[in-house]
Amino acid sequence: NVALIQIEFCVDLFLCFCFQAPAYHLILEGILILWIIRLLFSKTYKLQERSDLTPKEKEELIEEWQPEPLVPPVPKDHPALNYNIVSGPPTHIITVNGKECINFASFNFLGLLDNEKVKSAAQASLKKYGVGTCGPRGFYGTFDVHLELEERLAKFMRTEEAIIYSYGFATIASAIPAYSKRGDIVFVDEAACFAIQKGLQASRSNIKLFKHNDMADLEQLLKEQETEDQKNPRKARVTRRFIVVEGLYMNTGDVCPLPELIKLKYKYKVRIFLEESLSFGVLGEHGRGITEHFGINIDDIDLISANMENSLASIGGFCCGRSFIIDHQRLSGQGYCFSASLPPLLAAAAIEALNIMEDNPDIFQTLRAKCERIHKALQGISGLKVVGESFSPALHLQLEESCGSRENDVKLLKRIVDYCMDSGIALTQARYLEKEEKCLPPPRTRTGQICFELDCCFGFLFTQIIRKSVLQCRVTSDIKVLPLMALKPN
Amino acid sequence: MANPSAVCNGHLHHHHQKQNNLLKSGIYKKNGITKGMKKNGVSNGTLHKKTITEHFEQAPMYVAVLTFLGFGVGTIFGYLRDFMRAWGLEKRNVAAEREQQKDFVPLYQDFENFYTRNLYMRIRDNWNRPICSVPGPQFDLMERVTDDYNWTFRFTGRTIKNVINMGSYNYLGFAETDVNALKTVTIELQKYGTGICSTRQEMGSLDKHVELEKLVAKFLGVEDAMVFGMGFATNSMNIPALVGKGCLILSDELNHTSLVLGARLSGATIRIFKHNNMQSLEKLLRDAIIYGQPRSRRAWRKILILVEGIYSMEGSIVRLPEIVFLKKKYKAYLYLDEAHSIGAVGATGRGVVEYFGMSPDDVDVLMGTFTKSFGAAGGYIAGKKDLVDFLRTHSHSAVYATSMCPPVAEQIIRAMKCLMGLDGTTQGLQRVRQLGKNTRYFRRRLHEMGFIIYGNDDSPVVPLLLYMPGKIGAFARRMLEKNIGVVVVGFPATPITESRARFCVSAAHTREMLDTVLNALDELGDFLHLKYSRYSKSSHPELYEETRLELED
Repeated sequence: NVALIQIEFCVDLFLCFCFQAPAYHLILEGILILWIIRLLFSKTYKLQERSDLTPKEKEELIEEWQPEPLVPPVPKDHPALNYNIVSGPPTHIITVNGKECINFASFNFLGLLDNEKVKSAAQASLKKYGVGTCGPRGFYGTFDVHLELEERLAKFMRTEEAIIYSYGFATIASAIPAYSKRGDIVFVDEAACFAIQKGLQASRSNIKLFKHNDMADLEQLLKEQETEDQKNPRKARVTRRFIVVEGLYMNTGDVCPLPELIKLKYKYKVRIFLEESLSFGVLGEHGRGITEHFGINIDDIDLISANMENSLASIGGFCCGRSFIIDHQRLSGQGYCFSASLPPLLAAAAIEALNIMEDNPDIFQTLRAKCERIHKALQGISGLKVVGESFSPALHLQLEESCGSRENDVKLLKRIVDYCMDSGIALTQARYLEKEEKCLPPPRTRTGQICFELDCCFGFLFTQIIRKSVLQCRVTSDIKVLPLMALKPN
Repeated sequence: MANPSAVCNGHLHHHHQKQNNLLKSGIYKKNGITKGMKKNGVSNGTLHKKTITEHFEQAPMYVAVLTFLGFGVGTIFGYLRDFMRAWGLEKRNVAAEREQQKDFVPLYQDFENFYTRNLYMRIRDNWNRPICSVPGPQFDLMERVTDDYNWTFRFTGRTIKNVINMGSYNYLGFAETDVNALKTVTIELQKYGTGICSTRQEMGSLDKHVELEKLVAKFLGVEDAMVFGMGFATNSMNIPALVGKGCLILSDELNHTSLVLGARLSGATIRIFKHNNMQSLEKLLRDAIIYGQPRSRRAWRKILILVEGIYSMEGSIVRLPEIVFLKKKYKAYLYLDEAHSIGAVGATGRGVVEYFGMSPDDVDVLMGTFTKSFGAAGGYIAGKKDLVDFLRTHSHSAVYATSMCPPVAEQIIRAMKCLMGLDGTTQGLQRVRQLGKNTRYFRRRLHEMGFIIYGNDDSPVVPLLLYMPGKIGAFARRMLEKNIGVVVVGFPATPITESRARFCVSAAHTREMLDTVLNALDELGDFLHLKYSRYSKSSHPELYEETRLELED
């Protein structure tokens, strides 16, 4: 009531003023009020007008925009521009830039690249089918040789089914996104090769990296996921999980601890995808790879992928496993469905290579012995250390101590490689796209081909030359801080 | 331009372009249903006239209704059978999960495979038919039968001989086994073997690759080229090297999966424009430049337009002159995938760039494959030296993937030399001409019969519309009975209402083979009621005359 009275009093007072005030005062105030109102409204109106671009301004903006060049200039001395040119076949003797070398640079582990039987099988196929397939598998690109190769690979690996791709890289890169979709979880070793990384990227799944070969770290991640799942069991029921590992790591030369992985698989109900490009046709008594090496039932691995470009010395790749899993790729593997199929002559070469592997199981023993011998011989070179397993056919030589920067390390290794090349030994520097790799491995020299024909004295020669190369580089080095200098050659 | 059929009946979408060669502006004249576009441009100093006709006739309404009805019936039966399988009334043929892993999260969701299980499975016999000869104009098929409604196949051991091949992309007929033609390939195979066992950047750069790259650059009239081991991977492993975060990709809605995958892997923003629709592309370009990146509002670092030369499911040819005009106006870059067009169009088989009488310099990235016209495998990227140098250093394929197999490289070299006339014959040129003749003849006859076919009159990819799902299987099986191998495509490769058969005309097809196919199609078209077109021969006098003239030369 008091408030009401107060308001009434105010109004009275105001009216009183109005009547008493002079007319010009009232008019002035009225105008002022109108002005304020106008200001209020006009302001918002103008703001809207200003945010729209006029056609002229748009044209100016278009005129003004300058894109970056399509590609940045590449320095002329980039090693990839001055690449080695191999003339003739890259077999155990290779002609690089006109110089004949013993080839320790390509992945022709079993020496099947220039095998006469393989060549004549390919010739026969060329005669019958020509070169190309002129179509994807779905549209008359399936040849009887493809079916035969798939059957043979499945039989060789002792799995239900196999599927072939026309390119090694595309195999695992297509297989992963065929199963793992957005929202699924993939646990992957941080040393995984580039093809796996691309496959994971294409799958758009949730990626969890664990430290290289560190099972405790992996289990930690799996446990975290388990607690996460308990919070949201509905989501957990439809979230697929995968572990992606390599049998023999391309980037490190290590093997994965498969028995531990299998235990984790059943404990946490995660599927395992195994990339065996380096271990297929190398490890195990019959060359069946890492599963045979560890004596593991192959059915415990959900999917095995490998390329036919290393041991088999052909082109392409394959996946194998149970039909329940593999058959899905025939409609969902992008590199399978949408690409032309493998040229029949390459499939025929792969079949013949499989024949040779099946008929001569002792080649795997020989290969292993050679790997171990060279691995042993390379121990104790001052300044260089050998990374990876003793039975890995790809040996990685790494600087014991870095020169301070990656660039300098790469340069030093390049000089070592060049020196070896001059001495008639072809090695290669492991190349990486440094900006693209998830976890960039340190710079390394890689020896690929521990060739079947090589015997002991070559191994000795090889070591001698590498030793010399280290000494040589030490003398001619222009790198200021060089750990090699500090170390005594033995 | 004065085509009577353009005065159309409201259902006909007829894209007409008349090109004089003075490029003045990209103004579109709209004229009822007919979309006409007049442009002028200078090319080679000559005033070169060409009428380009692309057809996309719409089917009558009842066809769409029946198509949906067909899918509806299929779906209902699918659910019924799924229900029966769940209750054990019908045998489950599909491979099952391992007993030990039953409690894992299911690898496939049940609904994900509904379409495959219940619709695709019924007509699965029309795909993946295994062949056992060269995929030339005729091939031999391995006969297979099924005892369980396509769940599994059994080979009878017999072969179906001399099936006319209308499915392979053997445009120039280089898929052949002629001993003389393959002589050099045989020699190289003997010399090099099949494998490489290394990457381009390590120890896999062979003299053969250098030879091939020089030849490809010469063939295309560009500074440099690089070749890769797989066509699909050429796109998916090189686009990420060219663009990245902060870049914009403008991609045609019908682009091939490899382009889509490459674009996705690059991490760039992707926007889609309507198929071959220049208004849609120009709007996207303008908006992109004016408004910049969403959220951050920074200007785009660069814009890359991804198009294909010939679209493999539509048979349409890219509107290159307009796209080049737009790309120059808006300073964008152009990536042209000539997978189907290289070798197949242009007076000397140099692809759509030649077809439109343009310069290869107008396109920033020329990409193509060797799988189709060259009867080999792999792909290339060609262009300015800077571009190719950059790819040599940064392409994912150059660093991580095995390089091209030498005998395959030799096959490309021999086919390309033949096309360029470097083998001392005019055989290559004859093949290109023959392909053109075959294409126009085949397309004209189909038009006359009243089929709805899509695409450009000069495109050797000829899609014939079937529409209804039931007709897909019926068509392909009946054609096989008549000893003709065709490719049929349905959802999801095409829109759901536009199932189609696709023919790939080859220079190796003789007139008799084409006539056999056409007669079979005529018969089958009546039987299956496929002749939906509402205008045929009578309203097409000009086209008829035009082709006649060409047949005589």
